[in-house]
Amino acid sequence: MFKKLISKEKFADLIKDDMVLMIGGFLNCGTPEALVDIIIQKKVKNLTIICNDTSFPDKGIGRLVAEKMVGKVITSHIGTNPETGKQMVDGSLKVDLVPQGTLIERIRAGGMGMGGFLTPTGVGTMVEEGKQKMTIDGREYLLELPLKADVSLIKGGSVDQAGNVIYNGTARNFNPIIAFAAETVVVEAEKLVEIGNLVPDHIVTPAPLVDFIYDPSQN
Amino acid sequence: MIEDVKLAKQIIAKRIAKEFGNDQIVNLGIGLPTLVANHIPPEVNVYLQSENGIMGMGPAPEPGSENPDITNAGGSLVTVLPHGSYFDSATSFGLIRGSHVEYTVLGALEVDQEGNLASWIIPGKRVPGMGGAMDLVVGARNVIVSTLHTDKGKPKILKKCKLPLTAVKVVKMIVTELGVFKVTSDGLVLTEIHKDSNIEEIKANTEADFKVAENLKTME
Repeated sequence: MFKKLISKEKFADLIKDDMVLMIGGFLNCGTPEALVDIIIQKKVKNLTIICNDTSFPDKGIGRLVAEKMVGKVITSHIGTNPETGKQMVDGSLKVDLVPQGTLIERIRAGGMGMGGFLTPTGVGTMVEEGKQKMTIDGREYLLELPLKADVSLIKGGSVDQAGNVIYNGTARNFNPIIAFAAETVVVEAEKLVEIGNLVPDHIVTPAPLVDFIYDPSQN
Repeated sequence: MIEDVKLAKQIIAKRIAKEFGNDQIVNLGIGLPTLVANHIPPEVNVYLQSENGIMGMGPAPEPGSENPDITNAGGSLVTVLPHGSYFDSATSFGLIRGSHVEYTVLGALEVDQEGNLASWIIPGKRVPGMGGAMDLVVGARNVIVSTLHTDKGKPKILKKCKLPLTAVKVVKMIVTELGVFKVTSDGLVLTEIHKDSNIEEIKANTEADFKVAENLKTME
């Protein structure tokens, strides 16, 4: 049961150049900051990051951008991180802006076995460019396609040693959804507890979805 | 014109707060729309929804009781009311896209007489991204634009939006410090006017064509 606990070194080995990462968090609330620290120390290159927003230049996902480790970002908002905008303009960072509800649903589709979905969001705007349109019951929809990743990095509030996760407040956001959508899922545990200390009724992310647990207090 | 921007925003926020009914779900955007929360009458129980995953959002926390894991969609620390709840982003946008949200209140760069809204990008100048705005205006039952009447004298209520759109024909109501407009099948209609304004002033500061409602009311 303890085999899921991962060291700093072993986590660093998992993350490689050119990987596609999904990272939880909404303006840094619910971002696994200790895992981001390890990636920054490893100095990887050309990551593709799928995330709600690119946070701030000195926080979480924003630091990966500021350290120039990101080649492409698929996100809904970059306004709080001037570095993202700067690199987008100079051409060193490709930015794919996606409406927030469409972004999370594309991730959900990727993780939950759907080939895509139809949404009214973006019809008649720049977002519809290049997309298939369908009319259902007289209303126009865009066909949006699923997203998947190599590794998802999630932040758990209380995590047991099997990998069950409960989230705190609004730190939940993208985390339980990206936990479905990657080959490998790593949870950073704010509080790691013994098996049996979480109430099964309260668990949001079931243990088998989580491959590795990182406990910053033990590293 | 009301020159005091702070006062103008208060006028707008106060008027919008009167729209909401008991137990309705309301999403308030960042900035001016957030001020609306301060004017909701205590006898009306509105569920403030925040797209990062809150139903029943409360005010800012008292000093000393801040929790970094309770934030709003602008990243500010907030509280959650005793009857509130948390959920993930997919559920949050299910609430939004699924028309469970009664009102979304948001700002505009431009809004036009057909109810088109431009609020997320000024190409080549400012590209913050759309965040949740495109989903909100398409999904919510009622879209209220809260905006100062002009951008430093330049009209914001236009015949046709020039900037890239957030959504097509979604706005139902526009509230400025000078008055209230409704977007109807019969075009834009001025339904209320602020006591310190007049029709001539509104015409001079509005590019859009609009009609004046027969029962034009004073905006309160």
